[in-house]
Amino acid sequence: MRTYILRRLAVSIPILLGLTVVTFIFTQLMPGDFVDALIPTTAIANFSPEQLEAMRENYGLNRPPHVRYLIWVRELLRGNLGKSLTSGAPVLDEILERLPATLQLTASSLLFGIIVGVGLGIISAVKQYSWVDQLLTLAGFFWISTPGFVFAIGGIFLLSLKLPLFPTSGIINYGEEATLLTRIHHMILPSVVLGLGSVASFMRYARSSLLDVIRQDYITVARAKGLAEKAILVGHALRNALIPLITIISLDIPFLIGGTVIIEHIFAWPGMGTYSLAAIHSRDYPVIMGVNFTVALVVLMSNLLADLTYAFVDPRIRYE
Amino acid sequence: MTANQRDQGAPKAVDTLQIPRHDSAQYRFWRRLLRHKLGMLGLGMLVLLIIAALFAPMVAGADPATMDLRKKDQPPSAEHILGTDGIGRDVWARLIYGARVSLSVGLVAVGIYTSIALVLGSISGYFGGYMDNIIMRFTDIIMCFPTFLLIITVTYVLPPNIFNIMVIIGIFGWPGMTRLIRGQFLSLRSQDFVLAAVAIGVPTRRVIFRHILPNVVGPVVVAATLGLAGAIMTESSLSFLGLGVQQPTPSWGQTLTAAMQLPILENMPWRWLPSAVAIAFAVLSINFFGDALRDAFDPRMNLD
Repeated sequence: MRTYILRRLAVSIPILLGLTVVTFIFTQLMPGDFVDALIPTTAIANFSPEQLEAMRENYGLNRPPHVRYLIWVRELLRGNLGKSLTSGAPVLDEILERLPATLQLTASSLLFGIIVGVGLGIISAVKQYSWVDQLLTLAGFFWISTPGFVFAIGGIFLLSLKLPLFPTSGIINYGEEATLLTRIHHMILPSVVLGLGSVASFMRYARSSLLDVIRQDYITVARAKGLAEKAILVGHALRNALIPLITIISLDIPFLIGGTVIIEHIFAWPGMGTYSLAAIHSRDYPVIMGVNFTVALVVLMSNLLADLTYAFVDPRIRYE
Repeated sequence: MTANQRDQGAPKAVDTLQIPRHDSAQYRFWRRLLRHKLGMLGLGMLVLLIIAALFAPMVAGADPATMDLRKKDQPPSAEHILGTDGIGRDVWARLIYGARVSLSVGLVAVGIYTSIALVLGSISGYFGGYMDNIIMRFTDIIMCFPTFLLIITVTYVLPPNIFNIMVIIGIFGWPGMTRLIRGQFLSLRSQDFVLAAVAIGVPTRRVIFRHILPNVVGPVVVAATLGLAGAIMTESSLSFLGLGVQQPTPSWGQTLTAAMQLPILENMPWRWLPSAVAIAFAVLSINFFGDALRDAFDPRMNLD
């Protein structure tokens, strides 16, 4: 187990390096550099080309790309992601301020997706070919075929405006004390609309995985020795059928985070999504790259966690 | 679970005398496809959409860009069957022309990334070795970034218009498809018919194009079809955020931006509901059809 963990960690290191290279290349592709951003467009005429050149020299901007990359990585290791061009505050601080809201939204959607998706998948598999199964399959098609923002709009229309059950936006009521209850109340609609796509994919996967396992010999043996169907399902089939779902869930995380951008925008959720959209509109590239890098890091870590969990629950994997 | 249901899991005995005479792979494929009810429903829906897109000027009955400020925000009437939008344009006409945008962006984007994936996946899967290693690690790295976030990032550099949107969606879709094609190549490369072809000295190019690629077509067509649904969703999301197709070109996602204003959302459903339904309709039809294709290509599925 320990060698597996070490080996898996070793595989992540080149990927982590790759993430920094890709992020750096993106930064280089962005139009304009730090000096352009430093000087307001109205004042650019007051500077001579020599002065601008001297400033670039001063900031090390005309050094060869690989040197700049190394400097960039050094600063990254010190937790320096640069400063926002619009607010002037360190990007890392601004990201850390908003990351919890996004993680909260993603985690609750994921939880909703896992509980409802796996639950419906099991029902679907147990009642294979029944009307329940067919209805769920059809519903699953509908859930994966409708983008989150369409659900969000429909959800606000039906559940906030027509039936005033949930707030239309925000994380807490304006000017009110933030209690746990109001937070959860604000979170339900955004996490459900974000999670419906995951529900569909987990449901589909849980169904087919459980059906595969049910056909295995050891299930037949369990039946032959007279175990009750429920005991076979809970004690024998489910445990093995749900293991591959760990991978499916970890593959879903980048899509969920991508989805938060638009869901946060609709619900005015103060997370990384609204932050990066605002950065795109104000062309604030240090922020955009900082967000991209942080999110990629979160995805990398969740993949790592998923693989380790997999090895932990499935002893077969360690003999690889 | 009843005994009856359990029986359905067991393989059925095949009466060899009853196998139809034209039992070629193609024949079986078409028969499976045509018998797939949801798939045929999806195909029907898709054909409707394609007709609407191709003959948009005739179906729309009005120009999608003509404004009439005296007739803004009108509910559906005989003159404008789905009403008018905030600057008096015909909602139905914009909906129909929107089908053109969605389908063309989807097709071109998927075309672009399928081509990239075919090249990278074949090289990686057929030649293996260090090329495979480089391509696959690069794929792993790109897959860490949520595609949608990368796409938004690139709209920062490339001004949003319909052609750039096609390209942007196209250049970030390849990782999943590349892995799929590589996997197919890996398993086919070691099969006897390929080994035989290599052994008798068939040139590499011919082995790839003549012997391996035709066997990869099935999974790739399925993935591309489902990818088309995804690309349409991405385009509508981008346009909804104002980072996609720009006015006056109509797009479903862009129309839905109006629903961000609560008075419009609450009191003028004709301004956003048709586009919301259209997106779901288009994506659903393609997913239905794609699923039928997958079942029809999969020889292990027992549909007959």
